[in-house]
Parts: sequence; structure tokens; C-alpha cells
Amino acid sequence: MLEVRWHGRGGNGAFTAAKLLGYAASVKGGKYAQAFPSFGPERRGAPVQGFTRISDEVITDHSQVYTCDSVIVLDDTLCDVVDVTAGLKENSTLIINSLQSKEEFMARPNFKNVKNLYIIDATDIALKILGAPIVNTVMLGAAVGVTGMVSIEAIEGAVDGMMAPNLREKNKKAIRCAYDLMKGAK
Amino acid sequence: MSKDFLSANEAAAYGVLLSRPKVVSAYPITPQTTLVEKLADFLAQGKGHFKYMMVESEHSAMAAALGVSMMGARVFTATSSQGLLYMCEMLHYVSGARHPIVMVDANRSTATPWNIYGDQRDVYAMRDAGWIMLFAESGQEALDTVIQAYRIAEDPTVMTPVMVNLDGFTLTHTYDLVDIPDQELVDKYLPPLNTTNKMDPNDPKTLCMTVGPDFHSEGRYLQQKAFENAAEVIVKADKEYAALTGRSYGGMIEEYRCEDAELVLVATGSVAGTTRIVVDGLRAQGKKVGLVKVRCYRPFPKAYFAGLENRFKGVGVIDRSISFGFDGTLFSEVKSAMYGSGAKVQDYVVGLGGRDIPKELIAQMFEKIEKRVEGVQEDEVQFLGMRW
Repeated sequence: MLEVRWHGRGGNGAFTAAKLLGYAASVKGGKYAQAFPSFGPERRGAPVQGFTRISDEVITDHSQVYTCDSVIVLDDTLCDVVDVTAGLKENSTLIINSLQSKEEFMARPNFKNVKNLYIIDATDIALKILGAPIVNTVMLGAAVGVTGMVSIEAIEGAVDGMMAPNLREKNKKAIRCAYDLMKGAK
Repeated sequence: MSKDFLSANEAAAYGVLLSRPKVVSAYPITPQTTLVEKLADFLAQGKGHFKYMMVESEHSAMAAALGVSMMGARVFTATSSQGLLYMCEMLHYVSGARHPIVMVDANRSTATPWNIYGDQRDVYAMRDAGWIMLFAESGQEALDTVIQAYRIAEDPTVMTPVMVNLDGFTLTHTYDLVDIPDQELVDKYLPPLNTTNKMDPNDPKTLCMTVGPDFHSEGRYLQQKAFENAAEVIVKADKEYAALTGRSYGGMIEEYRCEDAELVLVATGSVAGTTRIVVDGLRAQGKKVGLVKVRCYRPFPKAYFAGLENRFKGVGVIDRSISFGFDGTLFSEVKSAMYGSGAKVQDYVVGLGGRDIPKELIAQMFEKIEKRVEGVQEDEVQFLGMRW
């Protein structure tokens, strides 16, 4: 069972990314998946979380996600508000959209046990390709590039299956860009 | 058949679409909203062939549904929590007049304190409203149960409304892989509603809106008989659905790894799924544990629990509601039905107002019931996972 936590702010699509990953793993990838948001009222700008579980078996677990194989942070200001390193499993991966360096993050006390930290300037990719600072799909591409949780083709299939027709091509391009960048960085 | 990645609300909406209602009347409320929104999407996409009545309240939603059913047409509505409480009066109108309406209740706590999160206090507050009450454990079961609910409700020997319960957020807002059956398959399973309990100018009659002392008890007796019939119809409806789709939920009760079990937990809804994992883990350690999932709360599977006698040494109940001054709501039914059994019973009240029920907490319940069997005396009803 793979467990993934997404950190975002209300309105920037963290849960959409969690759903895209689940759709890719299950409908396109032949596995089972589950995705759910942090439950409650939706408030724009407030810290929110999304979760994805991926497994070869049917997922019947309806308790919350407490430990993670991957944590993906869409907005680095969240690192000052919540502990994004909470529940990281052994050999897990943390991916942050930021302009700060890896060393700057690793100097934070709560990062001392983080094994695999990846930083990407997803906002730059989003601005260039999507024309807006919406980084959810970019970070999805980055996460898949780093972890190989699902295939890039499955992710592209999820974009076609879940997103509006006018959003598909540019999002696939943004995903592919981040995917290639992170695959090269490994 | 097609596969999609859906929330249980969306899956239930597919169940409604495939059941071909003539009318949907609904008023939105968290966490039910995405279900009725999905039904509106179906209409906008030209997929749905029903009238959508935007009503001004939940009371009106059920009143409108009653009106539709009185014309002999299939109807759907959905609500939650305060909305369910607000339509309480109409629930009794519908059941007493024997109208086979199907409703989804997205289970949520009841105010005050105001709380939009999941527990089962709303449905249990409606225990005696005369509705059949089914609980789903997953999105797939939500879709399948809505379709089965119409078959059960409209069975001529039942003619009783059905409430399909989905845990708020834990199910309603959780996405997973769902098989959507083909329309032709569902059409084979669910024929169009054919009832004489309707207003018909060619067959004028009263629909029993007023019945005095002279016949009242007889009407109530017939309702009780309808629930007795429903106990058989629910099992049959599940079996026939399994023959068409390959999916069965056990009718009223599902046992999981209970064959040689000594300790079992009784659960409803989504927590049953989490309990399966805990059972698997404890089984791997050699513990003889199992799960009894109550899928149907009304009619209550009384014969099953009465028939347990001394089969299990300990029976714990996971309750997401409590009847203040007495027991956890599910527990009091289980205990009553098990009267005379030698099993030790204990009640664990958890998951109120949306509090998570982690696997460790469920494992703790098994430890507690094991200790109870070994003779440790503790309170019969316990709140677990508390701050103090």
C-alpha cells in the first residue's frame, strides 16, 4: 500500500491532484486506489490536505492516512504552518515547490529525518506553460517523475478522463515537463 | 459496464440514474450536496430522464417525493443530519401510507454542537419512522445498494420506503474505483414501478391519509408484517443482484472471517472496512477474531443474533451513536437480540462528530473484549479514543 499526502491551500487543486493520481493508478493503471480530501468546509487560501492510497488489493481502509510514502507540498509557505514531514515512512520522499534550496530546508529541525527531499520550481513551469500559477498538475508530474508510483501514460490518461477538454493538452505538457525534469534530477 | 473513480456520493448518483426515477426532489446539505449536484450534472449532460424539483426545504423535498409516489411514479431524494430531522414528519407520512421512496442519508452528526462531520446520530434518531435502513461500506456498495433499495421498497410484499446510509465524508467524499453496471443489466433487475397504491381516476380510492381507532392497529400490524417480509426480500434482492453483477453484500448481515472466531466486532458502514484490515492483522498473529457487518438496521437481523447463542465468546459493538441514558444505539439492539446468549458483550462508542476511527483503536476493542471474556470487569458501554 502506497500512501501519499498532498499539502496545498484551499483553491489550488491539491485534492484534484490527489484524485488524478488515484484515477491514474486505478482506472488507467489496473490497481486499486482511494483519494480523499481533508474533510470539512472549503476555505480558499487555508491549509488543506489531500490523500491518495494505491494498492494491488481492494482498499477497505476508511481511517485517515497517518504515515506516508510520499508527501507533496504545492506551496512552500505551508512548511512554516504545518509539519509537512509528519508521518514520513522510512525511505519516503518529500517534494516541495519552492525557490529555496534543499540545504535551507534540511537546516530546519523537523527535516532532520527526511531522507529523500526534492525541490522543484513548479510555479515557474506553471506560469510558462499554463499561464497561471496553478501547480497541482506540475507537482503531480514531478511526483511521478521522482517516485514512478504510476506511469506517465496513466497520468496523461487521467487528465483526459477527468479534466475539461480545453485544459487537457496544456496540463499534459506541464506534467511532462516536470516529469522529465525530475526524472533527470534523480 | 464501465469503471470510474468516484466518490460514494457520485457512485450513489449513478445508482439513482440507472434506477430510472421519474422525479428527483432534493434540497442540498453537506455532506449530501455532491450527490444531488451529480444528478443535476446528469440532467445537464442529457443523461438523466427525470424531472428535478428544486424545493425550498427538506420537509418539502419529502413532501414532493410523497406526491410523486402517490401518482405511482418512482422518485428519489437525499439529505443529511438537520435536513433529515427537518423532514421527520414526512418520513412517517411516507412509510405509513406505504410509498416505496428511496432516499440516501449522508450520515452526519446532529446539532448542537454544530458539526458537519460524520457519525450516525441522524439516522438512529429516525429509528421508528417506519423506513427500511441499509448501510453501505464503500462507493461500490452505495451504487449497488441504491438499485437494490428500489427492488426492496417496491416489492409488493414490502411497499415500504428505504433509506440508504452513507457515512458522511468517510464515504461521501472519498473516491475509489467503481464499476458502473450497464443500463440493460439494471433494467433486467429493476422493472418499472407497478403499483395500485396511487391516485388513479379509473380506480378512485382513498390513500389512507386518515384512519381512526377502528382500523389503525391493523395498519400498523401490516407495516410490521411488511418489515418481516423485507427481511427475506433484502436477502433475495442481494442474491439476484449478485447473479447479474457478481457482487453480493450478504443481504442483512455479512460475516468476515467468523468461521472459527471466538471474538467478533459488530459494525455498520465504512468502519466495517477498516475493521477487516484489523481482523486480517490479528488473524496473522493467530487470534481467532472476526467481523459481523450489519448492513440492515431496520428490519434488524434479529434472527441472526438470536441464533448466535454461544458461538462466539465475546461480541463487541462499534457504535457511532449513543442513546443518552441508555446504551450505544446499535449495541442495545444487538444485546437485546442476543438475549440468553452466553457471550460477553461490550459497547465501544467512537467516531462521533467525524472523529477518525484508526486501526489501533479497533485493535484496542478486540483487546478489551478479550479481557472481558477472561473475566476482567469493565463498564459495558465505553467511550474510546477520548482526550481524557
